[in-house]
Amino acid sequence: MKILVIAEHLNNQLISATLNAVGAAKTLASYTSDSTIDVLVAGHQCSDVAQECQRISGVNNVLHAEAEYYAGGLAENVAQLVLEVTENESYDAIISASTTFGKNVSPRISALLDVAQVSDVTSIENVGIYQRYIYTSNILLTLESKEKVQILTIRTTAFEKAGMEGQAEVKNIAAAADVGLSQFVRTELVESDRPDLSTASVVVSGGRGLGSDQNYRDILEPLADKLGAALGASRAAVDAGYVPNDYQVGQTGKIVAPELYIAVGISGAIQHLAGMSDSKVIVAINKDPDAPIFQYADYGLEGDLFTLVPELTECLAQS
Amino acid sequence: MKILVPIKRVVDYNVKVRLKSDRSGVDLDNVKMSINPFDEIAIEQAVRLKEAGVASEVVVVSVGSQGCQDIIRTALAVGADRGIHVLAEDGIEPLSVAKTLKAVAEQESPKLLLLGKQAIDDDSNQTGQMLAALLHWPQGTFASEMEIEGEELTVTREVDAGLEVLKMPLPAVVTCDLRLNEPRYASLPNIMKAKRKPIDTLDISSLGVDTTPRFTAVSYAMPEQRKGGVMVSSIDELIEKLKSEAKVL
Repeated sequence: MKILVIAEHLNNQLISATLNAVGAAKTLASYTSDSTIDVLVAGHQCSDVAQECQRISGVNNVLHAEAEYYAGGLAENVAQLVLEVTENESYDAIISASTTFGKNVSPRISALLDVAQVSDVTSIENVGIYQRYIYTSNILLTLESKEKVQILTIRTTAFEKAGMEGQAEVKNIAAAADVGLSQFVRTELVESDRPDLSTASVVVSGGRGLGSDQNYRDILEPLADKLGAALGASRAAVDAGYVPNDYQVGQTGKIVAPELYIAVGISGAIQHLAGMSDSKVIVAINKDPDAPIFQYADYGLEGDLFTLVPELTECLAQS
Repeated sequence: MKILVPIKRVVDYNVKVRLKSDRSGVDLDNVKMSINPFDEIAIEQAVRLKEAGVASEVVVVSVGSQGCQDIIRTALAVGADRGIHVLAEDGIEPLSVAKTLKAVAEQESPKLLLLGKQAIDDDSNQTGQMLAALLHWPQGTFASEMEIEGEELTVTREVDAGLEVLKMPLPAVVTCDLRLNEPRYASLPNIMKAKRKPIDTLDISSLGVDTTPRFTAVSYAMPEQRKGGVMVSSIDELIEKLKSEAKVL
């Protein structure tokens, strides 16, 4: 089968979730013979991204479309391009990562192709047989799709990243006409030296128990620095204004699956658990012995986070 | 201008759902149902736009079984002007819902379609985008702020790296994120008033939409529960366990 993966990029850099999407494409390809995987790079002055995509293992062709109106990854224009590319090349499957970019663009493509989309796939069992969570990760659904084009967004933490030992060919393709519906104005990025939350191997996450933005920084940053960890937050901490919303882990925020997740002052609402319960090891530090998080944590420590977390940081510094 | 707000009746977000005993689906008998939380935000936004004099009429529409009347009534109590109930089976797939809503939008000619970004039951996050595609309208998904000036809409979107700002002409589709606003509660007088507001009922078959499912459920399962772990009594013990037992340090 012919599979198209839609690359995601920002500031002329490939977003690593694309590698997970290629990983999922390889899984899908493994169920049929004679499969090919192409990657589509649509953007403005993004030839570096196209070159980077050449090196992704398992990719046959990189299709590169260049136009000013692909800046910002506008859904209207990217979807129109994918529609035309799909009709020309008759792809059997279109895969994007279930990031905000993929979630924005992919359903638009699906509707234009009159095909139903499977969102946030966590497992590909065969061509047309997928698993995904419903009801805030409380139910695992296995479903079958007989659609003519299989359109999937994939949960990045559920698929291995493809390696970078490939030698694909870059084909420059014509841009589709400007749909002219919306206009990209600007992105307001959150600057950080820390690892990316979605892909970090250690995540330190704080909740309302921290009490203030100052406490969040004073208590959690030294620990995260010591562990080389990304910082996350519960929705309560975001809503209270301790940190910006892109720190949020949970059903409506980011889904993470690090080696080690340290939940500090987080009670463990199901909406939060939906975003981190696939972590390998979960540590909870909370003063409330009845906090639901303790039922999920591998190691729970009951007590005052304001003394325990600095002590943990200190002990790690010594050892 | 008229705003159309599609809303969905879902299991209340506080309910811990279970499977039916034969595992053929999710047990929804005698479970509390509510408006999808993201849709409450869409209703609130539409009502605020009306209060600000930007919108002239707010129409809510829900596609599903008889129970949808209740959530339409709730939306009317919060400030929507009238309701449309498209009578259909529950659990119609997002693509079919989008086609249904397109048909309703063509009858109603709103300038703005405000939806929740996803339903908390199927967690698809598709309908708004599909609806925008079918109407050939621009889309502002995951909106945390929006501003309308004349015929132009500015939307601030929540994206992975932070925020993104887009401009688009009306008519447009906007899907609401949690931080767009804080929905209000309906007051008792408004609940009483809502009883007199009109709700039109349409049968989905009258809209000419093919709702044949594209997917079949193969199986439902409860995800593997994490094993309850151990409580440790000190930081030293925690570090020791993380090093020797979990081997993550």
